[in-house]
Amino acid sequence: MGWTRKDLLAMRELDAAEILLLIDTAATLQEIASREIKKVPALRGKTIVNLFYENSTRTRTSFEIAGKWLSADVVNFSAGGSSASKGESFIDTAKNIAAMSPDVVVVRHSSAGAAALLARSLPCSIVNAGDGGHEHPTQALLDLLTIREHKGSFEGLSVAIVGDIAHSRVARSNIHGMRKLGMTVTVAGPPTLIPPFVQDLGVKVAYRLEDAIRDVDVIMMLRLQHERMTAGLIPSLREYSRYWGLTLDKLRLQARPDVLIMHPGPVNRGIELSPEVADGPYSVILDQVTKGVAVRMAVLFLLAGSKGGQA
Amino acid sequence: MSLLIRNGRVVDPASSLDAVQDVLIAEGRIERVGRDLAAAPDTPVLDATGKLVCPGFIDIHVHLREPGYEYKETVASGTRAAAAGGFTAVACMANTQPVNDNRSITDYIRAKAAVEGAVRVYPIGAVTRGLGGEELAELAELAEAGCVAFSDDGRCVMNAGLYRRAMEYTLPFGCPMISHAEDHHLSRGAAMNEGVVSTELGMVGAPAAAEDIMVARDIVLAELTGAHLHIAHLSTAGAVRLVREAKARGVRVTAEVTPHHLLLTEDAVRSFDANAKMNPPLRTKRDAEVLLEALADGTIDCIATDHAPHAGSEKEGEFDRAAFGIIGLETAVGLLLDRLVRPGALSLATLVSRLSRDPARLLGLPGGSLAPGAAADVTLLDPAVEWTVDPARFQSRSRNTPFGGWPLTGRPWKTIVGGTIVWE
Repeated sequence: MGWTRKDLLAMRELDAAEILLLIDTAATLQEIASREIKKVPALRGKTIVNLFYENSTRTRTSFEIAGKWLSADVVNFSAGGSSASKGESFIDTAKNIAAMSPDVVVVRHSSAGAAALLARSLPCSIVNAGDGGHEHPTQALLDLLTIREHKGSFEGLSVAIVGDIAHSRVARSNIHGMRKLGMTVTVAGPPTLIPPFVQDLGVKVAYRLEDAIRDVDVIMMLRLQHERMTAGLIPSLREYSRYWGLTLDKLRLQARPDVLIMHPGPVNRGIELSPEVADGPYSVILDQVTKGVAVRMAVLFLLAGSKGGQA
Repeated sequence: MSLLIRNGRVVDPASSLDAVQDVLIAEGRIERVGRDLAAAPDTPVLDATGKLVCPGFIDIHVHLREPGYEYKETVASGTRAAAAGGFTAVACMANTQPVNDNRSITDYIRAKAAVEGAVRVYPIGAVTRGLGGEELAELAELAEAGCVAFSDDGRCVMNAGLYRRAMEYTLPFGCPMISHAEDHHLSRGAAMNEGVVSTELGMVGAPAAAEDIMVARDIVLAELTGAHLHIAHLSTAGAVRLVREAKARGVRVTAEVTPHHLLLTEDAVRSFDANAKMNPPLRTKRDAEVLLEALADGTIDCIATDHAPHAGSEKEGEFDRAAFGIIGLETAVGLLLDRLVRPGALSLATLVSRLSRDPARLLGLPGGSLAPGAAADVTLLDPAVEWTVDPARFQSRSRNTPFGGWPLTGRPWKTIVGGTIVWE
């Protein structure tokens, strides 16, 4: 089966075969990272624009490296220091960029639906690199690739996603991807950070960390944004970390010995993860980052690769 | 000013009439309704065979945007849109720039309407200065200048003490308080309804409770003060229950519903098209069903469009940053005929009543019936014509509708105000 979509917008709209195609492609492209000359000509002559309206180091760098290893020309556009800061609207900026004929626009934006908006307005391929609280499909794909590398397969695995589910695009994309691949998902956090009707997405809900992490194969801890406190959703970071921070003690007491600890980064050390856990033997956090480049190469290759392109 | 409308099916709920008859208009008033009417030989005759002849439709909730936002709509364009949509009168909200919170703005709107208005225009005055929710506007002078109701529409007067005083102060004027019922603390940051779809899309939603709580508060205040409370754009099953219960107890409360809350649900937001963004937001299927039931049984008194024009640039961008609201004057009647009356979900007589007699009664406006002596405001409908909603052909200056491309059967045919055909 081949890739037929113009854009990559959301895990929700992909079927299992498409997800596996992306992951399998990423798996084969991984070895480029270990080559002495990290460059293949697959996207030579293609132009990729990173259109980032939100701060991001990891994701933007990851897309940039992925594009460059595939020999594409990669241009970074960030909202600060651009026409956006002079009041140009998102859609006008995007149309102006499209007028320069890029092949792929990678977009990160704080509004849900921003990538879908570009996809229906522009002729080039759009990759959603995070749209508000909606989706972040390449993060889910790299998480899935990491899980498969460590666990061998997906079917029957159980995962706990812990923290601010309500505002997390990482949680949403992972929930869709994991459910489609036959995994069991529990989301956990204080009730104010669990969105209403989340069970309708096919997940279980836990209101105690200990209940969520017991006997699961994977624990995915989410970053807690400090704004949640001022919005009255949690009383204090101190209280949050006490009840929802993952420490070595809690892990040893409740979790399986072969559990994987994941985090999309950047980590608030001492808040959602204690340093011993973040850097400990269960942690695959840096591995996730490595897989991120492979996944983004796969996405760019499948969207923009010419028929005769070779990796 | 004289006209004989021949052979139309006259639907006049105010006189329980639904029969093929003639309507004779003279001197801008209804002269007679009956069979085979004779008229002076020079009276123009309009053959309305196969058409519906109704009392002029009244939309008590529109935004004409003038003064201040003439790029969105003007009194002239908004009333042309009304006429094209079969409405012979509109009541316009106060959130203009400057706000209609003092007599000079009311006078300006009325003067504009007298010169450029295609239909009758009734201004609604602000409750508080600048819609700030802190000090009362000069309500007595606004009433004297011709405001027919008071509302800070678009915002809710969050201070219950102040709203109570507004209700009391306006008692002698006989003008209802129109409440935009929304607890801003519960709806903070919301761009849509809170529910399964907002969870899936990762957007901040306003729970139904944000509306229900304010409807409940305002009913209690209406009971305390004896004021006539009118709830704008009811959108939740909970608010319907509260209004029904209050009416049963004899509280002076009335309510309206928009066509979009009857016909669309939160699922429309999945497209991220900002034409699915309004306030109150599109709710669930169940809410829409309960609203329709309440409209049929009279718990909801009338249909109003909340016609809210916005420029393309205010609606084409990111969903959560787009303006709230859609236009409705030119689609309402066609949508309701096709989607509610044609499948039998609402009777034609009820629809006509909720668009004419009931809103007139609610605001104490002239019109709403074809009784002899009434002003000759008449809406004629062609119930059989098939058409497709084409925003490019709207009279409104704005195009923000989610109904573009909808195929419909039935639409306004001619609109008559004071005996003069203002749209055909």
